Amino acid sequence: MSPRTNIDLLHQKYLHSLKREKRWVRFYQLIILLVFVFAWELASQKQWIDPLIFSSPSKVWTMLLTKIQDGTLFIDLGFTLSETVFGFILGTILGTLLAAILWWSPFVSKILDPYLVVLNSMPKVALGPILIVALGPNFTSIVAMGAIISIIITTIVVYTSFKEVDPNYIKVLQTFGAKRLQIFKEAILPASFPVIISTLKVNVGLSWVGVIVGEFLVSSKGLGYMIIYGFQVFNFTLVMLSLLVIAIFATVMYQLVELLEKKLIKHGS
Amino acid sequence: MDFLNIQGIHHTYFTKNSATTALTDVSLTVEEGEFVSFLGPSGCGKTTLLSIIAGLIQPTEGTVTLEGKKVEPTGQSIGYMLQQDYLFPWKTIEENILLGLKISNQLDSTKKAYALTLLKQMGLKGVESQFPKQLSGGMRQRVALVRTLTTEPKLLMLDEPFSALDYQTKLKLEDLVSNTLKSFKKTAILVTHDIGEAIAMSDRIFLFSASPGKLHKTFIIPKELREETPFNVRSHKAYSDIFQTVWKELESLEPANKY
Repeated sequence: MSPRTNIDLLHQKYLHSLKREKRWVRFYQLIILLVFVFAWELASQKQWIDPLIFSSPSKVWTMLLTKIQDGTLFIDLGFTLSETVFGFILGTILGTLLAAILWWSPFVSKILDPYLVVLNSMPKVALGPILIVALGPNFTSIVAMGAIISIIITTIVVYTSFKEVDPNYIKVLQTFGAKRLQIFKEAILPASFPVIISTLKVNVGLSWVGVIVGEFLVSSKGLGYMIIYGFQVFNFTLVMLSLLVIAIFATVMYQLVELLEKKLIKHGS
Repeated sequence: MDFLNIQGIHHTYFTKNSATTALTDVSLTVEEGEFVSFLGPSGCGKTTLLSIIAGLIQPTEGTVTLEGKKVEPTGQSIGYMLQQDYLFPWKTIEENILLGLKISNQLDSTKKAYALTLLKQMGLKGVESQFPKQLSGGMRQRVALVRTLTTEPKLLMLDEPFSALDYQTKLKLEDLVSNTLKSFKKTAILVTHDIGEAIAMSDRIFLFSASPGKLHKTFIIPKELREETPFNVRSHKAYSDIFQTVWKELESLEPANKY
């Protein structure tokens, strides 16, 4: 056997072992899920846990099917999902924009510094009632909740990353006679993409919090409303179903952000 | 008229607690096509002086003129190469070398073709679509040189451009840079703390003393050394004499018991 084919063979073997490991990981992940669902069902059937409070997988499943058939789930899901996506995008864009303004003018940033600290330490959901009164108990105020919860933290994190870009990159651009806008476009912003992406990941979670709390308060539509309604009429199957749907879609959003990360950050490695 | 004229430069950095004078009374001139070196111990304000010449910093006092005109930060007549390559990691090699043209709105097909030819001349064929991370240190520094040359600056400033490289790569690059600049008849200023490098590459050496930085002495490199490539200078018989002279002068600047 020539050394060349030997290396190929070893490589094949290595790839094979990688694949096998991945299969085992998937297998155990599935086992955990199955055990959890089975144990929950069993405990509920045998009355080890109160089925009225903890419901059971089979009840959640039945409810899911009925809610899919009569279409009500899609209405609520549609509302919540669009509110979250809007809030998330708005929060990230406005936060980054604010960070850009702070970077642009160090003087403005010095002036605004204490206000940012105050706004950041404030629990944003506490602003909910005011938002609802100001903007009306509707889509807009819930989107505002989803956005406001992530704006300030995005601003602070992204601004810090803007400031920490290696000054030598700026020097390179300056020797070519770059204006401030060009410096921002060519160095500051692209150098901060990794940080912006990681705030996106945090913001996915935060926007869900904002939107769900907003729906608690407005109490008319959406998955948050499903939770609060289920709680009020003591229908915990409804609450569990809502939680399940939220978990699935929050994960999907997170995965989409990761996909974006792979698209946006390529250094040829 | 002198090509580059530096007159009575003083520069002081201010911070909350101190005022540090980095440069005091520096005056010198550089002729067109000349290659000069700024040599000196660390803290003698070499990099500050380069930034002033490039127009990036306004000196506290003094003037810098290039071909009789005051330098401005927006002028493209000066190229600046830093200690490390500082290629933008998210841009391909091609995007990196065209950066200067893009910034100054001069990007057209002839300039682009020129930049790509330069890249080829530096022995970097087929790397255009790669990212800086995929290249070795020496290759990256060559790309950085191409990036600096594409805007066709009249004056080139090299701030310890070889200090981050291994010795062998450094010697090879010295030859390459020296030949390239000679063939383009560029005026260049090299900042270094390596005596050998200064002798091997330049026509004149300006020796600076530290705290505050000022011009201590000027050495003129003999003609027979100037005509050699940097690599051959190092083995030339006149090399060790001038090395000794510069070495002694540099020693006299620093207290001997420093180590």
